[in-house]
Amino acid sequence: MKLLSRSLLAVSALALSAAAPAMAKTFVYCSEASPEGFDPAPYTSGTTFDASAHPVFNGLVEFKPGTTEVEPGLAESWDVSEDGTVYTFHLRPGAKWQSNDIFTPTRDVTADDVIFSFERQGDAANPWHEYIPGITYEYYTAMEMPELVKSVEKVDDLTVKVTLTHSEAPFIANLAMPFMSIVSKEYADTLAAAGNKEDFNNKPIGTGPFKFVAYQKDAVIRYQKNADYWGDAPKIDDLIFAITTDASVRLQKLKAGECHLMPYPSPADIEQIKADPNLKLDEMPGLNVAYLAYNTTVAPFDKPEVRKALNQAINKEAIIDAVFQGAGQVAKNPIPPTMWSYNDAIVDDVYDPEAAKAALEAAGVKDLSMEIWAMPVQRPYMPNARRTAELMQSDLAKVGVKAEIVSYEWGEYLKKSMEEGRKGAVIMGWTGDNGDPDNFLSVLLSCASAQGGGANRAFWCNQEFSDLLTQAKQNSDVEERTKLYEQAQVIFKEQAPWDTLAHSTQFVPMRANVTGFTMSPLGDFTFEHVDLTE
Amino acid sequence: MIRFLLTKLLYLVPTFLGITFVAFGFVRVLPGDPVLLMAGERGLSPERHAELAHQLGYDKPFLMQYLDFLVRLLHGDLGNSLVTKKPVLTEFLALFPATMELGIVAILLATLIGVPVGVLAAIKRGSWFDQVSMTAALVGFSMPIFWWGLLLIIFFSGILQWTPVSGRISLMFFFPPVTGFMLIDSLLSGQKGAFASAFSHLILPSIVLATIPLAVIARQTRSAMLEVMGEDYVRTAKAKGMPYSRVVMVHALRNAMIPVITTIGLQIGVLMAGAILTETIFSWPGIGKWMIDSISRRDYPVVQSGLLLIAAIVMIVNLIVDLTYGLINPRIRHK
Repeated sequence: MKLLSRSLLAVSALALSAAAPAMAKTFVYCSEASPEGFDPAPYTSGTTFDASAHPVFNGLVEFKPGTTEVEPGLAESWDVSEDGTVYTFHLRPGAKWQSNDIFTPTRDVTADDVIFSFERQGDAANPWHEYIPGITYEYYTAMEMPELVKSVEKVDDLTVKVTLTHSEAPFIANLAMPFMSIVSKEYADTLAAAGNKEDFNNKPIGTGPFKFVAYQKDAVIRYQKNADYWGDAPKIDDLIFAITTDASVRLQKLKAGECHLMPYPSPADIEQIKADPNLKLDEMPGLNVAYLAYNTTVAPFDKPEVRKALNQAINKEAIIDAVFQGAGQVAKNPIPPTMWSYNDAIVDDVYDPEAAKAALEAAGVKDLSMEIWAMPVQRPYMPNARRTAELMQSDLAKVGVKAEIVSYEWGEYLKKSMEEGRKGAVIMGWTGDNGDPDNFLSVLLSCASAQGGGANRAFWCNQEFSDLLTQAKQNSDVEERTKLYEQAQVIFKEQAPWDTLAHSTQFVPMRANVTGFTMSPLGDFTFEHVDLTE
Repeated sequence: MIRFLLTKLLYLVPTFLGITFVAFGFVRVLPGDPVLLMAGERGLSPERHAELAHQLGYDKPFLMQYLDFLVRLLHGDLGNSLVTKKPVLTEFLALFPATMELGIVAILLATLIGVPVGVLAAIKRGSWFDQVSMTAALVGFSMPIFWWGLLLIIFFSGILQWTPVSGRISLMFFFPPVTGFMLIDSLLSGQKGAFASAFSHLILPSIVLATIPLAVIARQTRSAMLEVMGEDYVRTAKAKGMPYSRVVMVHALRNAMIPVITTIGLQIGVLMAGAILTETIFSWPGIGKWMIDSISRRDYPVVQSGLLLIAAIVMIVNLIVDLTYGLINPRIRHK
């Protein structure tokens, strides 16, 4: 065995050295799952965007690396009309489309491509709307683009005018999201003429820093540097995604040098990674929140004083230590501290079982028994909901509240937790899509989202709070919006529809020789600026 | 023989029909709604939910959906994945060679080691070899595969660095798949070192996948051999002065092989189950991992058609096993 592996090693070493001179600078990323496809618009998972939108495509605008600020992308600049309903985008001249074995572009990016990118998603009559049977545009729908976008018109080849039905400040952040990647109309026409429309999803053509080369299902995705990229050319020549679903195996691959960077390590492995001289670890607070949502329509949880008393009974520090193993921080607001308009002046409900007991008595609540719902799966904002629920259960027992832990299969959990009259409180969470506070507050806490199909699992409808959100949404002045959101957070804390639990920390382990990688608060993995030293 | 084959084939029809129903029903009795899973935490308005469910045909009654499935099946249409939107058959064909390659190597490993160990343990019954090998077989049989695979990775790939951690071939080799079998494709590619790389990537996963079948085969061979060794014809062969090795190999082993081959055939099903875990640990792009992902996403078309294809393969393998009995024991084929 030993002899055999030695000779194997020798052979591979030989192959390595033989191939070395011809080998370009190759960066290997051990990704966590397979992409669903390579067209960014029909999908919703971050894994898919890391493999499609980020390396291959560009949006009109993009998120500045490491932030949730919007910066120019394929649009060099844009103007907004006085009433906030007309956006005029000035496209970057000379932004080149990539080519592959079935397509060679004859022109650069134009207004036609932008219009096509909107219409194929928003217009059911567009021949590309359902170019694969069963394809839908869930993000476009979820971000309410069909109601928002009135028209997209070409002013000239490099100017596009988008008219909205009403003023909405987060619109520009929506455009920076992967689903609004600009795709080539000419490529679509070529494929339609050749009768293989599916290749639009299999062999992506974009304007981004990397060209797609090949995908071997569930195993490897290969990209090559795009020499014609309009931005700064990538420093690496080849980018490879080695799909490795198990976190422990990913770490072993990283340690063995089989890849340079990996996402989502197990919290239990963090210490080991920190101790390894060949590795380094980046960390950043995630753009997320985990919370316990009471059903505010059912007694006694309809009383804010009861909810606040329960919040006081739960020891959140203990949850951070035991469940997050320190990789998180206690949450006091529904939005994370890295997000603009975070109200740091707010004081959290302090853990105080005695006070909680007294407050419950004062509210006339005796022998309360309730359900705590714990999701069955690990989420980016919640490593172990069951364990969290157990800690809550014992905390609540101390103040005389009997809690029963319930759980359902994940799909059922999502459904049942939004059913009217649901008993007890649910552990839930959220990861931001576009860095706009509205994407947390309106989605999770507005009156509109308390209806069926929304995501307001506290069923909390506070008109004053919702009005503030509406005002903020229609105002494009960031300073004014900040004030409105800060005020909304004060109401939230007084009313306490949730116990805000935690904001988890994201970790990215990589080889010590990796430079230029910037963590994204949105959880994206992009490699256009990475390099390897040595 | 032809008649024997035809009867066997005839039995397959109702079995297959039964499997279509089980495969179709299985994923639907699991709680969870594929449409809602796609939406995640965000939720979906009831109108949008109804629209999507209608588009996918999931608003029809169960039996209607089943009939639709059967009709499409008869036309050779296995449906499209809800997640990737690609035809299930295309995905299956892209992934199956990887599973088959791993499975063949594992079953060869299990048989080539398991049978001799079982024979040796039987003829040296009660010896230290018998005791050690049968204890090892018991341990192997009870081994939690996931833990065992990770242990081997940490030891051989992490600490000793003898074998690669995961994947099918080193990432520096890149050639289009011809047969889908990496060992063959790497040879065809003509790239230096490609075959050695593919081979070294197969070592750990095939050991892990072979562990349980190996244990079962060794134990089964031993007990079958012990039984046969006590038969009159073996005693007669020994009594007439035939060399011991010939008695064991010809008279005993050939007769002991019938239950052993049954066991090996049954291990194909076990192998499929083992492949799910093995492929997950070793990032092996095969159908085991594909099924697991699809079940957790409630990707109905992939699960039902995938199960069907896997069941069909297991049935064909069992048919081949049945035919092999006939080769070994003429009495069976004349019955």
